[in-house]
Amino acid sequence: MSFDIENISRRGILKGIGITSGLILAAPLVGCSPAQKAMGKPLKSSVYLQIDPDGTVHLYVHRVEMGQGSRTGLSQIITDELDGDWSRIKLVNAYGDKKFGDQDTDGSTSIRKFYDAFREAGAVARTMLEQAAAAKWGVDVSKVEAQHHRIVNNETGKSEDFSVFVDAASKLPVPDAKTVKLKTPGERTLIGKPKRNVYMKEFLTGTAQYGQDVRREGMLYAVAVRPPVVGGKVKSFDRGAAIAVKGVVDVVELPTLEKPVAFKPLGGVAVLATNTWAAMKGAKALKAEFEDGPNGDYDTTVYASKLWQAIDGESRNFLKVGDADAALKTAPHVLRAQYFVPHLAHAPMEPPAATAEWKDGKLSIWTCCQNPQSVQETVAPYVGQKPEEIYVEATLLGGAFGRKSKPDFAAEAAILAKHAGRPVKMVWTREDDMHHDYFHTISAQRVEAALDDKGKVTAWKHKSVFPSIAELFNPKVDGPTASELGLGLLDMPFDIPNLQVDAGAARGKVRIGWLRSVTNIQHAFAIGSFVDEIATARGTDSLATWMELIGPDRVINPVAEGADYSNYGEKPDRHPIETARLKGVLKKVAEMSGYGTVAEKGRGLGIAAHRSFVSYVASAVEVKVADDGTLTIPRVWMAIDCGLAVNPDRVRAQMEGAVVFALSHAVHGEITAKNGRIQQSNFDTFQVFRMEEAPTVEVEILETTGIPGGVGEPGVPPVAPALTNAIYAATGRRIRRLPVGDQLSA
Amino acid sequence: MDFKVNGKAVSFDGEGDMPLLWYLRDIAGMTGTKFGCGAGLCGACTVQVNGTAVRSCQTAMEDVAGANITTIEGLAAGDTLTALQMAWAQHEVPQCGYCQSGQLMQAAALLKENPSPSDEEIEQAMYGNICRCGTYQRIKAAIKAVVSGEIKGGTL
Repeated sequence: MSFDIENISRRGILKGIGITSGLILAAPLVGCSPAQKAMGKPLKSSVYLQIDPDGTVHLYVHRVEMGQGSRTGLSQIITDELDGDWSRIKLVNAYGDKKFGDQDTDGSTSIRKFYDAFREAGAVARTMLEQAAAAKWGVDVSKVEAQHHRIVNNETGKSEDFSVFVDAASKLPVPDAKTVKLKTPGERTLIGKPKRNVYMKEFLTGTAQYGQDVRREGMLYAVAVRPPVVGGKVKSFDRGAAIAVKGVVDVVELPTLEKPVAFKPLGGVAVLATNTWAAMKGAKALKAEFEDGPNGDYDTTVYASKLWQAIDGESRNFLKVGDADAALKTAPHVLRAQYFVPHLAHAPMEPPAATAEWKDGKLSIWTCCQNPQSVQETVAPYVGQKPEEIYVEATLLGGAFGRKSKPDFAAEAAILAKHAGRPVKMVWTREDDMHHDYFHTISAQRVEAALDDKGKVTAWKHKSVFPSIAELFNPKVDGPTASELGLGLLDMPFDIPNLQVDAGAARGKVRIGWLRSVTNIQHAFAIGSFVDEIATARGTDSLATWMELIGPDRVINPVAEGADYSNYGEKPDRHPIETARLKGVLKKVAEMSGYGTVAEKGRGLGIAAHRSFVSYVASAVEVKVADDGTLTIPRVWMAIDCGLAVNPDRVRAQMEGAVVFALSHAVHGEITAKNGRIQQSNFDTFQVFRMEEAPTVEVEILETTGIPGGVGEPGVPPVAPALTNAIYAATGRRIRRLPVGDQLSA
Repeated sequence: MDFKVNGKAVSFDGEGDMPLLWYLRDIAGMTGTKFGCGAGLCGACTVQVNGTAVRSCQTAMEDVAGANITTIEGLAAGDTLTALQMAWAQHEVPQCGYCQSGQLMQAAALLKENPSPSDEEIEQAMYGNICRCGTYQRIKAAIKAVVSGEIKGGTL
């Protein structure tokens, strides 16, 4: 049975030329309540749910869908507790409104932060329907129960459809969500089951609507040329040459970027045309030139040497347990290693896009954003409106990985639509996307360990230097923040008496942003590599070394050690750092991969594990390295403990995808800059894995608790160190600088 | 210029250098064919011209006169999906879904030409289609499920 995705209205559909007319996105929900179609009052017991008098359930799933599957998962949660019939559920597309709570679909939060709220929303509505039925039948509410969109009278065995009770239920007081009965695990029919993605049919027939696909009547298409250097200004452009291109309607200069950079548009010159191709040709014809400003000297090779100077320079302490310096001074053995991870690009398959329309003084925006509320706030100052006055609808996202949490492109569309007096779709090209990304940061790390006579690790001192994301919002920030160090370092799960985490100064020269798993990327790479280096130095097994360093089963609390640690926004009692769970996934992945079997020449297996977004993931990577250095990765094994897996198949899919994402970056991924300009433009120069390179991935899910953790991001961090550890096992070559690139053939 | 899209006769009198991709998306309003790179590097815009998979972003309108073009919108016969689409559903291939129009059009062209490709032949044929979500192993499994005959066309 297919899940019904509702298109509220089809106003404004652009007619095709007799071939087809593509579906338009759901239009504003203003004055068009689905309930008005039938008699009686709908039941609106929650902002997330409405039941019409005909029994149709409308779900307002407020988080966006970018491939992580959480719209399907959240629908499963609420429908299960409602005891609804999956075929009578309609999903209403998300629009930005604070009444829904946090809509920032980022940080692997959709399920873990809204599991309780969606269960309660479903259970409240079910309770009210049961109360209405009990009243109608004159029995105690304990004698009735919901079953598959019907209420059953357990005394008579009689049952009636939800629709019979909607009007009566709508007149009842809404019970306190904390008092309603929730299902036990054994009673669940959807939570924990591999339900098919609600958008499957749309995906397979080309009818899914992404940001790039929005069409409005009378719409113009915009392509822009932006300053190649962040903070640059327009110097000159040839308006006439652009206007002369057939189909070009107008040329508009965008406002110059001012600090703080935040999510503001970069400035530049936009070409408006009657189709995208004409706009692209017009943008080329502009021959726009720019003044670069202070970031025009950005050269990532030079910058890397500055990061190493900062590693040697002044340290800012963020965690200090015992006295690592003293231990390092007196220890019989000291190990030291340095790791480098370059800038990375998100490069979602769908480049950013936004469509804006002014109608009767009201601005509407349809865009592939991760957070419609952030679009409202970003756009508002550019158009003289209050954030809440702007209607923002999140389309489906053709991938995002963090890029689309920064809606600079939506502000461009709004500015241009206001200027043009007609709807405008801002289309980013792939080159725009790669040149003007909010890149993953560039980082250097040094790790030092003290070992006693028996090889036991007595101190771990870790220094991390990279330009911070926080600089986007506060230009005074000049290095890693506690929240960024909290992704992997402050929460280091090791039973080592002397532990120290420091950072050093660095300032960004490009826009730095969140990229799937964020600073866990470099921190897990350094930690996961260094554990393997310790094992090698001692001549012990890597798995045994992981187990020894993690130590006994216990809960780790960085706050008690004085660290400014936020635990991914979760309370430590709900989501503690549990060493047993980290060891559990390591054991599982070792078992799955046959870890410990003798390696042959040129073939190696590497392992690593990492907790992030309150979930625990271990990876085992198998590599083959030919004599000429050619690297192949036949198989990868992933074990995840994310607590309750609401949709196990989507959890598996996220692990499979995380492997390809992380390996693409670890093997090929590098964004470089020269003269302030990004050197990569498209998938030829920023290469990602294709089918022939992608390994076979096996996934096991451990559910050691009933509380869901994050899933979208946690698969990424352990993969790169497991890869380079495998390369070491196969070749004896230690890769400390990503990407692997041609280092094996050098 | 006259040609056919999904069996329907159409004509176009615009710029001959316009890529088929932008004709389909902007002029014809058929947005199922996706824009990914504009340079023939990612395969998101794959359609079939006279049964052969091509990158519509690299195919000029002046070159499609008289051609039969099939897009993702024309892959299924109405509500009845092809075996390939059904296999994609059964293997739960899509994550974000954006590249899947191109993946399906490429895979359909492969199976038309070679109904029982080896793993290597599948990898070769699908080389040009990037999936950033990393659904490759499921794509491969879905194609093989069609090859083995275990999955037939039907409705979702």
